Amino acid sequence: MLIGKVIGTIWATRKYETITGFKMQFVQPLNAEMENIGEPFVALDTIGAGPGELIFYATSSEAVIPLHVEMAPVDASIVGIIDSINTEKSYS
Amino acid sequence: MLLGKVIGTVWSTRKDENLVGSKFLIVRQVNLELEPQKSTVVAVDSVGAGYGEIVLVAQGSSARQTTFTKNKPVDAVIMAIVDKLDISVKEQLKEIIED
Repeated sequence: MLIGKVIGTIWATRKYETITGFKMQFVQPLNAEMENIGEPFVALDTIGAGPGELIFYATSSEAVIPLHVEMAPVDASIVGIIDSINTEKSYS
Repeated sequence: MLLGKVIGTVWSTRKDENLVGSKFLIVRQVNLELEPQKSTVVAVDSVGAGYGEIVLVAQGSSARQTTFTKNKPVDAVIMAIVDKLDISVKEQLKEIIED
């Protein structure tokens, strides 16, 4: 999984039927030192993360698992909200 | 998913037999301000997206998880048409990207 920050939300009424009812969030990918490491993308959110929250997400077809549906065209899903991160910096 | 704008269509008669009947749209990636970026992708349409619409494209193996693309050699599918986009953490975002 990778770390990211929720920076916004997307609304789309016309979409593939199996992904109706799920929130879609804009995520800025970050590394463990909270530095930006890439371009924002859209991830499905089954956890209910709010804007500004630190999250981690799964990509590729594993992103479909949290939806509990047979098939869904989703390549990124938020799978957890981060409470805290300890890295070597915080230990040194 | 990738945020993009439908800028055209691809017609192809000589193609993999599994792709017969699929509708291919060209989607150009856009940034958060909906400004067009360099990269474009050819994606199968699964929601009836029209020219100029802002859409979401799922890529990789997840793109085959629709009735339109199941068991087809397809790695990009348009799966949503964006109504509204709200970037609430923009100011901080500027600071993050400028680091």
